[in-house]
Amino acid sequence: MVIGGGISGMQAALDIADSGYEVVLVERLPSIGGRMAQLSETFPTLDCAQCILTPRTVEVGHHEKIKLATYSEVEEVGGHLGDFRVKVRRKPAYVDWERCTGCGLCQEKCLWQVPSDFERGIGKRKAIYALSPQAVPNKPVIDREHCVYFQKEGKCGACAKFCPVEAIDFQQKEEIWEEQVGAIVVATGYDLYPMERLSEYGGGHYPDVIDSLQFERLLSASGPTAGEIRRPSDGAVPKEVVFVQCAGSRDPERGVAYCSQICCMYTAKQALLYKHKVHHGQAYVFYIDIRAGGKGYEEFVQRAMEEGVLYLRGKVSKIFPQNGKVMVWGADTLSGKRVEIAADLVVLATAILPSQGTSDLAEKLRIKIGESGFYEEAHPQVRPIESGAPGIYLAGAGQGPKDIPEAVAQGSAAAAKVLALFASEVPP
Amino acid sequence: MRVRLSIRETRGEFVKRVEEISGQEILACNQCGKCSAGCPAAMAMDLLPSQVLRLVQLGLEEALTSETIWLCASCLTCLSRCPKGVDLPRIMEALRQLVLRKEGDRLELSALPADFLSEAPQLAIIAGSRKYLS
Amino acid sequence: MRYLYFPGCTLSTKAKGFAASGEASARALGIDLVELSQWNCCGATFPLATDNLLALVAPTRILLNAQKEGNHLVALCSICYHVLKRTNRLLREETDKREKLNLFIEEEYRGEVRVFHLLELLREEIGFEELSERVQKRLQGLRVAPYYGCLLLRPFQEIGLDDPEEPRILDDLLASLGCEVVEFSHKTECCGSYLAMNSSEVTRELSYAILHSALASGAQAVVTSCPLCHFNLDYRQGEMAAHYPGFTQIPVLYFTQLLGLALGIESETFGLADHHVDPRPLLASKGLK
Repeated sequence: MVIGGGISGMQAALDIADSGYEVVLVERLPSIGGRMAQLSETFPTLDCAQCILTPRTVEVGHHEKIKLATYSEVEEVGGHLGDFRVKVRRKPAYVDWERCTGCGLCQEKCLWQVPSDFERGIGKRKAIYALSPQAVPNKPVIDREHCVYFQKEGKCGACAKFCPVEAIDFQQKEEIWEEQVGAIVVATGYDLYPMERLSEYGGGHYPDVIDSLQFERLLSASGPTAGEIRRPSDGAVPKEVVFVQCAGSRDPERGVAYCSQICCMYTAKQALLYKHKVHHGQAYVFYIDIRAGGKGYEEFVQRAMEEGVLYLRGKVSKIFPQNGKVMVWGADTLSGKRVEIAADLVVLATAILPSQGTSDLAEKLRIKIGESGFYEEAHPQVRPIESGAPGIYLAGAGQGPKDIPEAVAQGSAAAAKVLALFASEVPP
Repeated sequence: MRVRLSIRETRGEFVKRVEEISGQEILACNQCGKCSAGCPAAMAMDLLPSQVLRLVQLGLEEALTSETIWLCASCLTCLSRCPKGVDLPRIMEALRQLVLRKEGDRLELSALPADFLSEAPQLAIIAGSRKYLS
Repeated sequence: MRYLYFPGCTLSTKAKGFAASGEASARALGIDLVELSQWNCCGATFPLATDNLLALVAPTRILLNAQKEGNHLVALCSICYHVLKRTNRLLREETDKREKLNLFIEEEYRGEVRVFHLLELLREEIGFEELSERVQKRLQGLRVAPYYGCLLLRPFQEIGLDDPEEPRILDDLLASLGCEVVEFSHKTECCGSYLAMNSSEVTRELSYAILHSALASGAQAVVTSCPLCHFNLDYRQGEMAAHYPGFTQIPVLYFTQLLGLALGIESETFGLADHHVDPRPLLASKGLK
């Protein structure tokens, strides 16, 4: 079983399945792809994230050895290496996915709009929705909280009326079943540090102070602005954008003590892509140190600087709205100046946190959580893939912040561990 | 001119005294600059607050001659935002104390305008005396 | 409800209106502020040098006196509150220093008294919803900028009154009185504090920035809980007008003055005439006096 259908979990699932073993892939959301599905382009090559991701999601979706359990969570774990008994709970989608053809008519006809989590609140979705047009599986779910049929006792029902194959099933119940598996790969990924906890940066109250995933959605061709950079408050194209690194990271006092590892690179990418889209705009990046240790990474950051992104060495102290702009008070310690920038848009590179529910799942799996809240590996140097529990392996950002190549590598490594285990103990 | 650094400065008496009086670990600061970015009084300072602290980290007593230490209003903005919890207002106080304890008063109360003194609240005069008199 | 009360030096002399309006308002709300029978100056600074124990003696004595008469102590002045609250915590948590201080004052005090700011009492003992119902004269149409300053809120770990970056307590109080409360960027910026003694231009500039931000947000008055902030913001407005073209003077009030007016208390003792920028025309224009 692989828990988590992001890029790391998918890699693990594919590697194991390609070797002839059955895989159950459990994903909390209605479709797989994880955080990567929200990204615009990837550093340092600027490949379109969706373009390199989609072949993977499709392959997972079609793989005869992979059983997809989306919209599902692990309920209970028993047993042991070679014979785990895992109870999986599938939330009711209120749509019969066997019948549903994924035509999308229900979403078109639904009248009720709510802010979309997938769009990080800057775009909307319907009360019946699939995460994206490329979703795998491309089947919708009904969000009961916002569906008028559920909230007003049977009124509306537009989706059911228009569905050509009668797939809407308001009576659907949650399902719980048990899977018997030999090994488990845990790849539950990350969330971002909530802006509410950054009160000196406005605590999430200012519409034009956004987090880095929101900016990814603005950059994304499939995002709410179709890839045009328009700020949330008034839809204007921002002429000056300030990127603030280490927003919550490296802050043992009030945030998290660790470095979130990927922000230096994605900020350089975001600033560069902004420059590509808004030629006459100015991007500023406030940083403390630049950590660009990967292959081609330093070159990429240098490219961002050469193409006109102005790097300012100092941490931002305060952000507040002023005359339709967002005032940023920072320092440039290299010149010894305090600086203020009246920006049109501010992007906070908020810290990477283990995804919500990480500690609950760890408890069910009886694996350890480290000081920072991520899954703890059996040994930080020589056993980075194993959890402390036999037969349970770690992959992706749930074990610690990491970028795509690292997450993929760890997914493959976890698969290799599972295959080695099976080769010695279980015949295919 | 090059500043010669050696153990005499970096582990010298000066650093030790500042750490003692302030109760702070001077090297805990990673020079992120957030204190300077938010310091309300920095506009009048000759050095940014983080630069004064940097001089102390290097063991350089010229930190004591900076106007900055007298312009710190102990408003605690830097402390409340410092990622490392470094109590810079205490370090500034330690630097002021090192000067005051050696050189005496920085303020002559009798030289202040009478109108000002008659209007200023008691706590301004008391706080000012605490900060500027030895 | 009876609470021991520490007025402090400034409230007994230059900010009598702050004290009078605070005491009268509290009384009208059923809070009896009983002045400590014996008190001294708190020192007006919490000593930041860790070897300066002498400066802690004065606030320790105040707290000790309070303990002899009760178990709560209320302050109105932000700085007194700051000094007493931090000293009290130190006496509770730093054993070495407590022992030395107790030896010095030849009595035993371990930080048992609970220190309050009047704002805290209003929030916790009365509640702003309840307060709103007790208002006699709603301060309708009065646009105010709640100015917190520094020491009322910082350091949060020791004071713990409200979020030091996005505080609400003064906003909520003023809203409960019927004021229109403006959001402004400088509500927790420093006014220059005691720099007034030695660097008056710096104080003027810092205070100007605060007033400018309040004015830009449409405020008609600035409201504070600190006599030193009040002085810096109020006293220098003449200079500001000469120095910054286009600067409009703006009254600076203590929160207790507005509280008293809203509770319908006779304002004669509130010291409204003592401010450099006279708030009375503004108040009169809103039907308040």
